Amino acid sequence: MTAAVAAPRRIFSGLVKVRELGIILALVVLVGYTAASNPRFLSGQSIRDILLNTAILAVMAAGQAVVVITRNIDLSVGSVLSLSAFTVATLMSDNPGLPMVAAIAVGLVVGGAAGLLNGVLVRYGRVPALVVTLGTLYMFRGITYSWAGGQQVNADELPRHFLTFANDSILGVPWLVLIALVVVGGVSLLMRNYRMGRELYAMGSSPQAAELAGIKVARNLLGAFILSGALAGLAGVLFAARFGTVDAAAGTGLELNVVAAVVVGGVAVFGGSGTVWGAGLGALLLTVIGSALTVLDINQFWQQAIVGALIILAICADRLVAVRIARSLRKKDSHV
Amino acid sequence: MTATPGESRPGPALLEVREVTKSFGAVAAVQGVSFPLYAGEAHALVGENGAGKSTIVKMLAGVHRPDTGALAVHGTEVEFTGPGDAKAAGIAVIYQEPTLFPDLSVAENIAMGNQPLTRLRQIDRRAMHDNAARLFTRLGVHIDPDRPARGLSIADQQLVEIAKALSSEARVLIMDEPTAALSGVEVDRLFAVTRALRDEGAAIMFISHRFEEITALCQRVTIMRDGRHVCTELVADLSVDDMIRRMVGRDLSTLFPKQDTEIGETVLEVEGLGREGVFRDISFSVRAGEIVALAGLVGAGRSEVMQAVFGVDRYDTGSVRFLGKPLKPGSPRAAMAAGMALVPEDRRQQGLIMELSVERNVTLPRSRALARLGLLFGAAERREATSWTGQLQTKLGRLSDPVGTLSGGNQQKVVLAKWLATDPKLLIVDEPTRGIDVGTKAEVHRLMSALAARGLAVVMVSSELPEVLGMADRIIVLREGHVAARLTRAEATEESVMYAAMGQQVTT
Repeated sequence: MTAAVAAPRRIFSGLVKVRELGIILALVVLVGYTAASNPRFLSGQSIRDILLNTAILAVMAAGQAVVVITRNIDLSVGSVLSLSAFTVATLMSDNPGLPMVAAIAVGLVVGGAAGLLNGVLVRYGRVPALVVTLGTLYMFRGITYSWAGGQQVNADELPRHFLTFANDSILGVPWLVLIALVVVGGVSLLMRNYRMGRELYAMGSSPQAAELAGIKVARNLLGAFILSGALAGLAGVLFAARFGTVDAAAGTGLELNVVAAVVVGGVAVFGGSGTVWGAGLGALLLTVIGSALTVLDINQFWQQAIVGALIILAICADRLVAVRIARSLRKKDSHV
Repeated sequence: MTATPGESRPGPALLEVREVTKSFGAVAAVQGVSFPLYAGEAHALVGENGAGKSTIVKMLAGVHRPDTGALAVHGTEVEFTGPGDAKAAGIAVIYQEPTLFPDLSVAENIAMGNQPLTRLRQIDRRAMHDNAARLFTRLGVHIDPDRPARGLSIADQQLVEIAKALSSEARVLIMDEPTAALSGVEVDRLFAVTRALRDEGAAIMFISHRFEEITALCQRVTIMRDGRHVCTELVADLSVDDMIRRMVGRDLSTLFPKQDTEIGETVLEVEGLGREGVFRDISFSVRAGEIVALAGLVGAGRSEVMQAVFGVDRYDTGSVRFLGKPLKPGSPRAAMAAGMALVPEDRRQQGLIMELSVERNVTLPRSRALARLGLLFGAAERREATSWTGQLQTKLGRLSDPVGTLSGGNQQKVVLAKWLATDPKLLIVDEPTRGIDVGTKAEVHRLMSALAARGLAVVMVSSELPEVLGMADRIIVLREGHVAARLTRAEATEESVMYAAMGQQVTT
């Protein structure tokens, strides 16, 4: 009896891990091939660039993954990034004395407030998240445009310590990368090991059952949107620090990259399954693809086609895994 | 006959329902119902379809709040603001359709809401797994705690629900038709588990349509009828006959006047119709001017039979003849062309297009005939719609109003108008008066009667016994997919129909 129970268990854990393993495998193959044709791809500077480019996307993907796991979506993150980046850049150029921590706090608050608005509209307005966040995507962007009025904050207006933050490192790891690691790790832990995280999975897996189980659906949903917004706000601060020049168009279209990273990273679009660190890996994979194509001297336009193919592949893989699990479970049931 | 616990004088009630009332819009689902649930006792809640059982369950689960009256736990009145409160009060509900999270593991499903935590307030996965394994051992079942809930059989899902109730240390267990989808062996296992829980001091509320299950498991029974409390008695004091009589016994008013009509030629002949796993060997015929009712419990296959006849669903065996000619199977278009009309059960989803105007809805099946050179003119539609809504005495503002703005009864009249406009020979109506207030109900009945008098053949699927008894010339009772009884109007009584529908022998 015990053997009959143990065998399928191994199959499940194997299949469930397939998603993240697939991304790691794709990364290894891609990096190996690119490095073989151009060894400079693995130079310290190149790796550092890739990681710095991944960091901002990964921070946003972590928040997006949480929202997608609850069977929702947040399309406003690109606009929240620009709103936060412009707010913080303006603040820092007006008050050069403010420490970095204050800048980050302001970014988190601006983003969190935007996320709260999304959450309230979704939950209490009973409007689908796709529609709400599509609306706020334009709304937040519009606010930034009318505030900026065609102006931009340039690097020479920003204090030095703010600009060097992006490149400073601790023990050889750039701050930006460290922050991304902490965010992805922390949110992964929250989703995996804490009650609220598991309730978010439950809500995405079966919204009706979540209500009947007495889960505090409203609180959790607001929490998920606030988290996604706050992390987009944090990404805005990192964006401003890294690029120095901020205008109202910053981060336009970024939301689609973020959603792509999440989906490629194995988070099911219909909620309930996937991991945050998988979404982080998805962000890394997308960035590596971009860099590899440059190194391999392949037209950048191919990048979009490849990302598109990856999204479709990821969704097909989801279906395949689901069908295989269902089949292996049926087989097991017929034995009992 | 029944087990001993509970027959002695019980202590104070664990949970008490006190004079609760709940209305949805104009429809009163539950009116002044009271009953107690005692520790160590299984309590059956019985009643016909629509008697208000599910509403009671939802109030106990914290999904609905009573309009008046209250629930009392250990003698203290409580107010549930949501399912979480009911759960916290020690009430666990097992719904007819299990409510698990398919993507999460079985162990997580069981622990959801009160997961064991480590010192850092993280979830203790090992303890969670062990807890689930321990519960399954106690229940005597083999389910892997680490497998996802997706793909579990209904029986296993229900066992997981019971494990969930055990893990939350629920003192009151509400089971809403838990056996409907189970096989005999699975029912036995569920009962063994339930009896053990009862004997350990839990209060159980059990809803079922199967009397043998009620006598096997329950000590006390509450009977409901039309949203009202009929009685609460010891099961040992009531025979099955008594229970059925109290479930259906009501005044047969003159609300349902079927005029005597001249019965004409045979319109529809159904011969040995069968569909794998749904219904089998169904034969009947309907003649012009006749109303034939298909009675039976929800799920007996009544709607499925008529959908197969109309061609919406396929059938595997048998034949359908219409006006003497064989009817092409699986083609609603052929059925409509031959002169059949089907008024479906769910008018909001299947019968009407809620956003479109009344006139558009009425003329929809006739839009081709009404069109001139392929174009549909408003005037032609309006003329047609005015005529029909007038004949059916439909209460509406303007014909151009969306049909969704009308009351349920008037919506039903629009659906009827829509099909009558096609001048059918046979009208199939599925639950013609569900969710309609009493006054409009009588109008719908009068209308159906008038149509039969004009020579229309009518097949009526209905769960409402008075309607069946009042309207039908002949009654065909289905039970679990086959014909359980054929009754003429003279033979049919509430008891005889219910006996046949529930598979009990008539003992009188």
